[in-house]
Amino acid sequence: MSNYLEFEKPLADIEGKAEELRALARANEEMDVEEEAAALDKKAADMLAELYKSLTPWRKCQVARHPDRPHCKDYIEALFTEFTPLAGDRNFADDHAIMGGLARLGDTPVMVIGHEKGHDTKSRIERNFGMARPEGYRKAIRLMDLADRFGLPIITLVDTPGAYPGKGAEERGQSEAIARSTEKCLNVKVPLVSVIIGEGGSGGAVGIATGNKVLMLEHSIYSVISPEGCASILWKDAEKMREAAEALRLTAQDLHKLGVCDEIIAEPLGGAHRDRAGTIERVGKALQEQLRVLGKKSPEELRKERRQKYLDMGKKGL
Amino acid sequence: MNWITNYVRPRINSLFSRREVPENLWTKCPECGTMLFHRELADNLQVCTNCDHHLPISPRERFDALFDGGIYVEVKVPEVLADPLNFRDQKKYPDRMKAAVKKTGEKDAMLVGEGEMAGTDIVAAAQNFAFMGGSMGMYVGNAIIAAAERAVEKRCPLILFSAAGGARMQEGILSLMQMPRTTVAVQMLKEAGLPYIVVLTHPTTGGVTASYAMLGDIQIAEPNALIGFAGTRVIEQTIREKLPEGFQRSEYLLDHGMLDRVTDRRKLRDELVAICRMLMKQPPAVAGTLPTPEEPPAAEAGEPEAPEAAADPAPQAAPAEAETAAGSEPDAGSKAKP
Repeated sequence: MSNYLEFEKPLADIEGKAEELRALARANEEMDVEEEAAALDKKAADMLAELYKSLTPWRKCQVARHPDRPHCKDYIEALFTEFTPLAGDRNFADDHAIMGGLARLGDTPVMVIGHEKGHDTKSRIERNFGMARPEGYRKAIRLMDLADRFGLPIITLVDTPGAYPGKGAEERGQSEAIARSTEKCLNVKVPLVSVIIGEGGSGGAVGIATGNKVLMLEHSIYSVISPEGCASILWKDAEKMREAAEALRLTAQDLHKLGVCDEIIAEPLGGAHRDRAGTIERVGKALQEQLRVLGKKSPEELRKERRQKYLDMGKKGL
Repeated sequence: MNWITNYVRPRINSLFSRREVPENLWTKCPECGTMLFHRELADNLQVCTNCDHHLPISPRERFDALFDGGIYVEVKVPEVLADPLNFRDQKKYPDRMKAAVKKTGEKDAMLVGEGEMAGTDIVAAAQNFAFMGGSMGMYVGNAIIAAAERAVEKRCPLILFSAAGGARMQEGILSLMQMPRTTVAVQMLKEAGLPYIVVLTHPTTGGVTASYAMLGDIQIAEPNALIGFAGTRVIEQTIREKLPEGFQRSEYLLDHGMLDRVTDRRKLRDELVAICRMLMKQPPAVAGTLPTPEEPPAAEAGEPEAPEAAADPAPQAAPAEAETAAGSEPDAGSKAKP
């Protein structure tokens, strides 16, 4: 474990000590530290359980943004076979913040599209930290259209701080691209399942997250604005992000109550980054089940139900 | 000392405050600084008579000028849950709402009306920037859905005037969900083969542009309106450079191919009439369309059928279009006027 979150500091200390002891033991064969180290492990495990038992909304934001959290590419590599990336919007460029292509989930050919944040400095810059430009949304539209014409289910993996706020992005119609992408989501006659795997950042997320079913990982978030942004506007102080995160009700649990999230996928104790393979497997199972159920519906039904779902939204509060 | 505080000072104060009273009648143009008399400004649709700067206009004022004789019927908007998240920042959301209602005299940030515009049936929706920055919450979503449903029922165009900072944060994710909701409303119109015309006014930004405000069949903007997805400050902080002059303004968007037209507010109505009537395959509107009671249509030799023609083709056109829409909208035919 290399990356600890701020609130995990005490945990880092204990796990660090255990690690140190073991390193010492390795260097000095006569030392027997196993008992002590095991005690520390136990203490760390208890602390982890305690910390994650009830994460505050702001802590969830931090977990959702954890650099070691599995990202879109990890899911695609682990869950799908024959992934064939498809690039470009046929107008301007290929946006690496949104990746997508044909793939098989089990035996079923599908179209998979998602935001990719990158995992180290180089890839993060290449992926623009998962902040898509209009080209990204236009690529998504193109791929959704392709899936629609060939009757392939669409899976979207959502993980973005938001659409990119840049000069070129604005000039090329960031808002129009997102609006059209949302429109395409609502128009397709194939099953569309979205999974919020990390951050669902505002309009940049909605553009590809308007599905028949929206699943969320236990510690993922989905919000109209980042807590920092909200704090700086409403509290006039970006440091009030904890309060803003609380007020915005952006957790999977709250969104499930509001009917925005259809299913919560449990994460391993300590968050997705502590057991990446386990998390990915759970998401795979949830996706398979959703596609199995949606696959029985007619194209018209799929579209009609999706639209109705959004029209009905907002009838219940918290 | 006493007489100074009790007598002289109030007199002095009242002298000054009396001089301030006329200020309510005058508005200073934020662009050129000209003092504009309120009546003159209203007659000019809140456009500066000196520099043509477009000042904000309320939805009601806009509708008064848009609909024939200022006559329209408000379309009822379904009620929404008040404060679904129990949102509280430095103020409670219901308190902010109360303040906005008091300030504007409106229920929320959008007004929907139906009526005739140069004899052309239309539904119009106008966003009210004065009401919490025009922010898009559940009410605005419902208003757009109600407007679209009414337009489909009447088989007429929907004209939407946007003005908003973005989504209403106090409704959290439910405000964000108005992006897909309002997109469904736009799809209703498209599937019924009815025009959806968007007039972007100053300012239209955020989630509003990323949904219904950018999905019009025709996209018109008022001059020099700020239109964009991200705020200029955020962009400058992100890219660490100064943005060019006129960035995210109507004319800039027009240059970049994001709009059909930039139109002066005073010419907007004529243009909307022409566009709506062409898209609805109706004959051109007759200049000065309102048939006034004292002037019977027969007064002018060439024109007698004009006012009728304005009213007639709608029912004729409707069944024809109902057929094309029949595939996706089975009961469109029954809703059209016989």
